[in-house]
Amino acid sequence: MPKKLRKKNKRRNILELITEAGLVGRGGASFPVAKKWKLVKEALKTRKVAYIVVNGAEGEPGVEKDAYILKNYPEEVINGVYLANQFLGNQKIKKIYFFLNHSYWEKYLVQLQKVLSQRKYQSLAKKIIFTAKSKDLLYISGEETALLNYLEGRKIEPRLKPPYPTEQGLFNAPTLVNNVETFHDVSLVGRGKFDDKRFYSINGAVRQRGVFRLPATLTIEDVLRQTDNIPDFPFFVQVGGEAAGEVLNSDQLERPIEDAGAITVYDLEHTDKNKLLSHWLNFFAAQSCGNCVTCREGTYRLAELVKQKNHDQKVFTDLLTNLAESSFCALGRSLPFTIKSYYINILKKKI
Amino acid sequence: MTLTINNKKIKFKSGQTILEVATANGFAIPTLCYHSDLKVQANCRLCVVEIEGHDHLETACSTLALEGMKIITDSPRIREARRLNLELIFSEHEEKCVDCLRRFDCDLLKYAREYQANISRFTDRKKKRKTYCFSKAVEIDGGQCIDCKACLEACQTVQKINYLEIRGSGVDQEIVPTEDRDRACIYCGQCTLYCPAASAQEQSAVAAVEAALADKQKIVIAQFAPSLSISLREEFSSLNSENCEGKIKSALKQLGFDYVFDTGFGTDIASMLAAEELLKRLKDKQAVFPLITSSCPAWISYVEFYHPELLPHLSTIRSPHIQSAGMIKTYWAKKNNLNPRNIVLVSIGPCTAEKHESIRPELFVNGRPLLDQVLTIRELVFLIKKNRLDFSKLPKNDSADLFNGSGAAVIYGTPGGIMESVLHTATALSGAQKKNKISNNRLEFKTVRGLTGFKEAVVNLQGKRWRVGVVNGIANIEYVLPHLKKYHYLEVRSCPDACVGGGGQVIPTTKEIKKKRMAELYRIGKKRSIRWASENKAMLAYYNWVKEHKLEKKLLYTKFKRI
Ligand code: SF4
Ligand code: SF4
Ligand code: SF4
Ligand code: FES
Repeated sequence: MPKKLRKKNKRRNILELITEAGLVGRGGASFPVAKKWKLVKEALKTRKVAYIVVNGAEGEPGVEKDAYILKNYPEEVINGVYLANQFLGNQKIKKIYFFLNHSYWEKYLVQLQKVLSQRKYQSLAKKIIFTAKSKDLLYISGEETALLNYLEGRKIEPRLKPPYPTEQGLFNAPTLVNNVETFHDVSLVGRGKFDDKRFYSINGAVRQRGVFRLPATLTIEDVLRQTDNIPDFPFFVQVGGEAAGEVLNSDQLERPIEDAGAITVYDLEHTDKNKLLSHWLNFFAAQSCGNCVTCREGTYRLAELVKQKNHDQKVFTDLLTNLAESSFCALGRSLPFTIKSYYINILKKKI
Repeated sequence: MTLTINNKKIKFKSGQTILEVATANGFAIPTLCYHSDLKVQANCRLCVVEIEGHDHLETACSTLALEGMKIITDSPRIREARRLNLELIFSEHEEKCVDCLRRFDCDLLKYAREYQANISRFTDRKKKRKTYCFSKAVEIDGGQCIDCKACLEACQTVQKINYLEIRGSGVDQEIVPTEDRDRACIYCGQCTLYCPAASAQEQSAVAAVEAALADKQKIVIAQFAPSLSISLREEFSSLNSENCEGKIKSALKQLGFDYVFDTGFGTDIASMLAAEELLKRLKDKQAVFPLITSSCPAWISYVEFYHPELLPHLSTIRSPHIQSAGMIKTYWAKKNNLNPRNIVLVSIGPCTAEKHESIRPELFVNGRPLLDQVLTIRELVFLIKKNRLDFSKLPKNDSADLFNGSGAAVIYGTPGGIMESVLHTATALSGAQKKNKISNNRLEFKTVRGLTGFKEAVVNLQGKRWRVGVVNGIANIEYVLPHLKKYHYLEVRSCPDACVGGGGQVIPTTKEIKKKRMAELYRIGKKRSIRWASENKAMLAYYNWVKEHKLEKKLLYTKFKRI
């Protein structure tokens, strides 16, 4: 970007810049970032206090972007939070919560604090509270409202919406919840360095595991190719996380990645199909928060069902469909997505 | 604003949920976790409906109605989801239908039939779970709980007692009493009023009462609270308003009770004594103020545990049903040459805390409890339905009218009812009846600081002005405690809307229904032949007898101690 334009950018409102860049939440729901910021700002017209929450829960297995970003770009993340704090009004933001995954919390805390000791971030540093997702915290604690419940010391389960967190979030105050990657991108946008790339986590039976930053428009195949990860054996993939991601066969890779940027590659011939199925079902049963009967009982019954030798396939399908139809939140609705795509695309069975 | 439900155009108000709009327009949607007075939970997933443009079903109880929505409330797709959710609900609920108090009005079974759910498709997962018992009053049967959290809302939000908690996640989740030693159950039974699954419920005394009724050696006596007639009329359409008390008496006789009494008699004694006590305190320069009523047993448990420093404020008068029990087992038994040891006395009322009260040793007479059993109204309804009594065929029974209570005893069941009755009696006793307006008019209460659960008034007694207040629902006590000194006399009722919203009331109990119950109680209170306690001659005769035999301490008063 020419210097002149960069200068001009600086003077422009961060909200306009984010809108222009078309930033969307990278947690999976793809909600426009600018819209969220605007909603909190609007709610603040009649309220005195608001909160910012940096969501680094990273509960989805197979997604390791947050760890990567915090390790390599801690300053960008803090700067993103700084911009949000400026935009919403330093006076009004009471506290900023950093919610991090337990597996890397200690590793990167020092780095983050070092960044915060810079002069620019003095006022920010005073308000930041670091908190870690402990090992036994549920998968669902990454969900916005469940996370808010956790921070308030309540039972970890999603809240009914409306009211949305932007209006009544933490302790009932307007709250901006964005994940680590979003704050990182915001910073780039603010500095005029945003290049419409995103982070991809690549896992499983590949040569080059890790996190890569590549254009957001790439197809699954492009990503695998550009990272030198196209297997030379029959394989299938799961896109968007190893729990809630869609399962696709090797002929279905011509599509862009919309959810959380993660690809896991499985060896088609050497993967134990029943084990994998049980693994998913057990994961969801163990991670269900327990709030609604459909998911609490449904995931448990599914996991129990496949333990039987010749289980009733109709009940199996019925329970899956019901999860998609009547679960309280996206956790319950995502299990059938995984399982059904696996049946249809890989096992080539009707469900 | 308009939307369509099942292709019918419907007007609605912004802010209404789909369930509210549908119900108001006659579309039935099944619900279990929903209760109009509680926060929406949306966890039973029974009320699911289709909304055009939505890729999955939505719960009607939690989804706001929006302009132009196209809603379907019944379809094969919906029925399938409801069926499955019911089957899953039943997998958490051990059916104990044979002697379940909800048996005749069970929503679970009703919906299972309606949606052809196979209630034993899955094994009962919670069979081995504990039943938690709170004194003799309330229990939570972990084997039946469907995790709807209504009881939690009742205990935490409605009552602010926070005795119940939810522990664990997923299938390990369980409703449990807290381990926090600084919290205790007050036996109010509000949790039991909302439970759809007979898990949070009163500890049933039905079997014990049935055994007593079958025992030929025993004289079994029922005494029932005047508010019963209103509640039973909600349950039985054949019980019309004009003759219901007489018919309830006949029903109790048919069930095998040998004698039936009106607890209102005891209420009149309590009013009389309370008026005397109040006047005495008002004259005494050293007296502790405010004087606080003690007829709500859940409130007593509350004070003993949470605020023992208030014990000196409590009225020392025994509560109404303990008063009438004392009369029956001494005065009446003697007059009728009956050995009190052969009497099984059963008190029936809208309260679960009375079950706990009945076993308080300080209320025992001659080493034995006065009340042998306490039934909630729901337990009586169960007995009536189980024995298939038909009110339309029962005679109107006017016997035992000798020991009736006054109209003031009828309104005792409403918030402010004690205050009204006691102040009226106090006015009568101080001989100022004619000059004072209380005798003719209702007390002029005004709300304080916008609280719906607290009202206050200024009254004239003995030529002076006194400030009185009514706490309606234990959750409101916290607002009043810092200002106690301002008041001379306080009435405290633990359940919201007092006994008409008592933990032993019939289900459903909602704000709307409670309003009707209150209005009805005032209406029938006015119709009683004796209007006020001070006019109850039978009661006065009994009072004189107690005084003559110097039995006041034994029968009329009690002591409170720190626990
Ligand atoms: S609540 Fe349960 S035990 Fe009671 S009648 Fe209904 S199904 Fe049976
Ligand atoms: S009886 Fe009252 S205090 Fe006890 S658990 Fe139930 S609601 Fe809470
Ligand atoms: S005890 Fe009853 S009210 Fe409480 S959660 Fe269980 S089913 Fe619901
Ligand atoms: S009544 Fe709506 S989910 Fe239970």
